[in-house]
Amino acid sequence: MAVQSDVIDDAGPYDRAKALSAFKLGDVTFYWITRLSAISVLLILGGIIISLIVGAFPAMKEFGVSFLWTQRWAPSADPPVLGALGPMYGTLVTSFIAMLIAIPVGLGIAIFLTELCPQWLRRPIGMAIELLAGIPSIIYGMWGFFVLGPFLANTFQPFMIKIFDGVPVLGAIFAGPPSYLSLFNAALILAIMVLPFITSISVDVFKTVPPVLKEAAYGVGCTTWEVVRSVVIPYTRVGVIGGVMLALGRALGETMAVTFIIGNSFRISSSIFAPGTTISAAIASEFAESDGLHQSGLILLGLLLFVLTFFVLAAARLMLMRLEKKAGN
Amino acid sequence: MSDLSVSSMSAAGGLPQTAALPEAPPKVTVRNLNFYYGEHHALKNINLTLGANRVTAFIGPSGCGKSTLLRIFNRMYDLYPGQRATGQLMLDQTNILDPRLDLNLLRARVGMVFQKPTPFPMTIYENIAFGIRLYEKISKSEMDGRVEKALRGGALWNEVKDKLNASGLSLSGGQQQRLCIARTVAVRPEVILFDEPCSALDPISTAKVEELIQELSEDYTIAIVTHNMQQAARVSDKTAFMYLGELIEFDDTSKIFTSPTDRRTQDYITGRFG
Repeated sequence: MAVQSDVIDDAGPYDRAKALSAFKLGDVTFYWITRLSAISVLLILGGIIISLIVGAFPAMKEFGVSFLWTQRWAPSADPPVLGALGPMYGTLVTSFIAMLIAIPVGLGIAIFLTELCPQWLRRPIGMAIELLAGIPSIIYGMWGFFVLGPFLANTFQPFMIKIFDGVPVLGAIFAGPPSYLSLFNAALILAIMVLPFITSISVDVFKTVPPVLKEAAYGVGCTTWEVVRSVVIPYTRVGVIGGVMLALGRALGETMAVTFIIGNSFRISSSIFAPGTTISAAIASEFAESDGLHQSGLILLGLLLFVLTFFVLAAARLMLMRLEKKAGN
Repeated sequence: MSDLSVSSMSAAGGLPQTAALPEAPPKVTVRNLNFYYGEHHALKNINLTLGANRVTAFIGPSGCGKSTLLRIFNRMYDLYPGQRATGQLMLDQTNILDPRLDLNLLRARVGMVFQKPTPFPMTIYENIAFGIRLYEKISKSEMDGRVEKALRGGALWNEVKDKLNASGLSLSGGQQQRLCIARTVAVRPEVILFDEPCSALDPISTAKVEELIQELSEDYTIAIVTHNMQQAARVSDKTAFMYLGELIEFDDTSKIFTSPTDRRTQDYITGRFG
């Protein structure tokens, strides 16, 4: 017995040190794996930026800064003239209109689902929203082309054009002739596509509002609308804006559906019922048959989209910070 | 003497009363109240009255239905499907259980302070002004006066008067709870319900809130649910002991804590169960 206890006494500390060193090795390995994963994001991002700049360099050298405000896009002219104003305008306008439609509708659905909806209806609507997110964008494009476009051109657009005829500013925004392929058509499809992002994220964050906080608001006599406006949305605004930014990022970059229905016209028109193009639609429709300077110009467009998205998201973040300050946090 | 405090048990007792205060006119009258969470029968045949300008405490082990009862007084249970109440519950001449009742008005008359402090995500000033604005259109200077009065009413004015534009969430737990009391008072309710208002507070904050409850009883009818029996003894005029969804005993606080009629009440207040 005594021998056995001696062995244990000797072995105890020895084994522990060995076990610890094995842990240590595991820990170091773990640390490096996670660190490399994180660094790889930076490397990939950097690689993409560098290859974009390299690819875009010939076009940058040829057109310089005037690329940004040239509307003409004539790759076959001699010498070729390329300008990004049309696609940039189209990208911003379609995304703006899409968000104008999708934010109120998306938040409305989220509020209905979390605050007002009877239990039995909650699952069907929630599932429909998720399915909406699962539809491939090419399907949206075809639907926009064959169904939504003709509908808009035959009914909605003539109606709006007639109403606003002669009204300053609005008359120019809703000007004819009606068209199957238009900025507005693309914006509407984009709105439908980003709706699930806004709704599902808003639903998730609305659910994080403590029930007792809502009860407190009902307790001073608020109506459901007042509770939502003054308690639920302020409490969850960071999350909601996060969802909106995700949707905006998607809207700015969406390619396939937009290429189908926007009309691919580089001319800028004041009317949202006129055809236009976006950066990603322009790249998608021309890249396959481009070469040389033309291709470089398209890559430069891609770089611009990158920068544009970055600035829009940065602006949204800035707005969020100012909101926080205003709320006194 | 105790005929206003009708409870199935205490009425039978007939022990001499040692009432510290004269009987108050009833503000809230509960008759044959039953409450169901779906199939679960949570409150069984409750009968009691809350005297005007009195503090009534509800004690009993967890799950006995005291918070459930409190949440019927302002129809908070209405927010959740499947919960229903039967019987009669009168606030003065108003039937609280009337399905056609305007709940927003009811909740303005019956304010509630919760277990955890629930400041709204806005500034201290807005936390108070918010509730007032729901019912009244008043000028900025009038609103300033009302906010100050409410914050004084919540014994918080001196601590926050220089930072009214700070977020309500920046206050300490005890201050937040007093902010919530001030917010409730600002709407000028008639009845204030406290659902374990001190359970998340430190002893000093608790003492402040208890003192406040005593002061508030001069102007309001108060019902308070508490797990702390010393607290019930300190702040209340009447105490109701509940057990398994039934009202076991309802009487003057001094009597409940010195000579309870029911064996279960005695066991509970002496700490033998609960």
